[in-house]
Amino acid sequence: MRRLPSLLLAAALLLVQAAHADSPQRIVSAGGDITEIIYALGAGDRVIAVDSTSNHPAEAASKEQIGYIRRLAAEGILSLQPDLLIAAHDAGPPAAVEQLRAAGLRVELAPKGDTPDGVLGKVRFVGKALGMDAEAEALAGRIETDLSKAIETAKSYTDSPRVIFVLSERDGAPLVAGAETSADAIIALAGAANAAEGFSGYKPMSQEAIIEAAPDVLLMMSQTVERLGGIDAMLARPDFSLTPAGKERRYVAMEGMFLLGFGPRAPEAVRSLATALRGG
Amino acid sequence: MSGTTVLPRQAAARLAGTPVFALLGAALLIVAFAELVLGPVKLGPGDLLAVLLGEGERGPSAILLQIRLPRAVLGLAVGFGLALSGCAMQGVLRNPLADPGLIGVTAGAAVGAVSVIVLGNYFMGDLPAPVRPYALPLGAFIGGMLVTGFVFSLSRRSGGTNVAMLILAGVAVNAIAGALIGAMVYISDDQQLRDLTFWSMGSIASGNWMQVSVTTALAMAATLGLLTMGRSLDLFQLGERAAFHAGIDIEREKWRIALMTAIAVGAVTAAAGPIGFIGLVAPHMARLIVGPAHRNVLPAAALIGGALILGADLAVRLAVPPTEPPIGLATSMIGGPFFLWLLMRRLKRGSL
Repeated sequence: MRRLPSLLLAAALLLVQAAHADSPQRIVSAGGDITEIIYALGAGDRVIAVDSTSNHPAEAASKEQIGYIRRLAAEGILSLQPDLLIAAHDAGPPAAVEQLRAAGLRVELAPKGDTPDGVLGKVRFVGKALGMDAEAEALAGRIETDLSKAIETAKSYTDSPRVIFVLSERDGAPLVAGAETSADAIIALAGAANAAEGFSGYKPMSQEAIIEAAPDVLLMMSQTVERLGGIDAMLARPDFSLTPAGKERRYVAMEGMFLLGFGPRAPEAVRSLATALRGG
Repeated sequence: MSGTTVLPRQAAARLAGTPVFALLGAALLIVAFAELVLGPVKLGPGDLLAVLLGEGERGPSAILLQIRLPRAVLGLAVGFGLALSGCAMQGVLRNPLADPGLIGVTAGAAVGAVSVIVLGNYFMGDLPAPVRPYALPLGAFIGGMLVTGFVFSLSRRSGGTNVAMLILAGVAVNAIAGALIGAMVYISDDQQLRDLTFWSMGSIASGNWMQVSVTTALAMAATLGLLTMGRSLDLFQLGERAAFHAGIDIEREKWRIALMTAIAVGAVTAAAGPIGFIGLVAPHMARLIVGPAHRNVLPAAALIGGALILGADLAVRLAVPPTEPPIGLATSMIGGPFFLWLLMRRLKRGSL
């Protein structure tokens, strides 16, 4: 019986250690959606560095920059002395991820998620990695409620505009989002139809196919519009100018991570897109 | 090293006692050492010693043995392989602008690699797990070898490997390779597209010992083989007929050189992606330093190529940590101006 206090003390110490092991304090985050979730959980102050796709919230931009998520440099990340690298599913290259693990760094790769359930999955995943399960559950609950409301509202529109999402323009051929892309997913959630049918992924679409698809609205990332020097360059193309979208100058430009990130701002993205597509 | 062949007087004078090679070797050793001890993570001499004695902590020993050492080894293989391949191609074709890219080996290797990236998921599942990481280098290597075999059998069929035929076949292969890569890009999904972009930037950060050793073994075998070709390459400079009368079997020599070039370039491109510029510049620099005799140019080009690649890698690792620009950027930025400066110097002396 006299040993009990010391046993209790030992157990308490173990618990403290375990808690510390599960709550990393120097986090490197790669992937805009993952970074947003960390901030939404209130753990932004534990982030020491982010990748180039993490542009929201504004505070994230002031962190150390590790470059593009698919071109991570193992030793560069180790030089920041992090205790966790948490990253989107497509972080790479694989060799760099292997090297980081070999050096004893904890690396957590998120599940893929550009569906409503996917958003919640990512939130719970980040919560688990940061030792904030309860907070993550609360956040997931809030997002779920908000997202279903946004989707309901989008469904209640009577029209279903046909939308084409152009990712970029290479060699004069617009790279268009087909099925199984996050753009296709967010268009559907906003109660609209993807006018680019019959292929999946991002594909260069021919002029005739674009005219044939007859989109009502042209959707692009605002970054891409800036790079092209304005929307007119797209709308005046011989293909788009012959579509309803071109004739009526109906286009929507939205910040890329907000529109396609499927992070905590997904409900807001669904709402803004649904409104914007109807000329709101 | 001081041969009895008739060297141009100037080069012969400068090669007296060959301090040039000692200097080039020393430069390479210094860069290689820097590649190991310098990096975004500061490791003290104590850390390095501990790792060498096998008592290092997990972090430092992983950084040294899993990140920096494989890079240094692969960098040397890439530098040697590309420099000597370029040197040999320029010698055989008697064209100072010849390059492994010319006969389409690099393009063939690229098609192999791109095929693995894009079509990999159709057969990756059937491969045993430990083999999967090596599918990319293997694909690139096979692609490079296929092209070389094809180009050579084609040119042999025309009764003797004629240089113009070889170059034209190379042009055709490059065009076909371009079309195949275009087709792959067309059917790739965006994830694969990003992998493609990443691979095509070139990097020696492969970090996988298995891959590094396979590449290094192949590139080094080809390197050693090419280093013995000095006399043949010198005789090739007289023209093929004269070379034949001087008693070398020109067909056999050409085959050997082509095969070794293909092995080196295939292996290097597989592991590091298409890194340009070295195959063109290292031999030129070597000629500026040691004169035109191939028995001197070959080893000098290898040392310069190795130093250039390691220097470039060091530059990209130290430039803007924690990020790392692609190495191709640095090879051009370091090699280009230096090469120009060398040319200018020669021009001033009126001995270009």
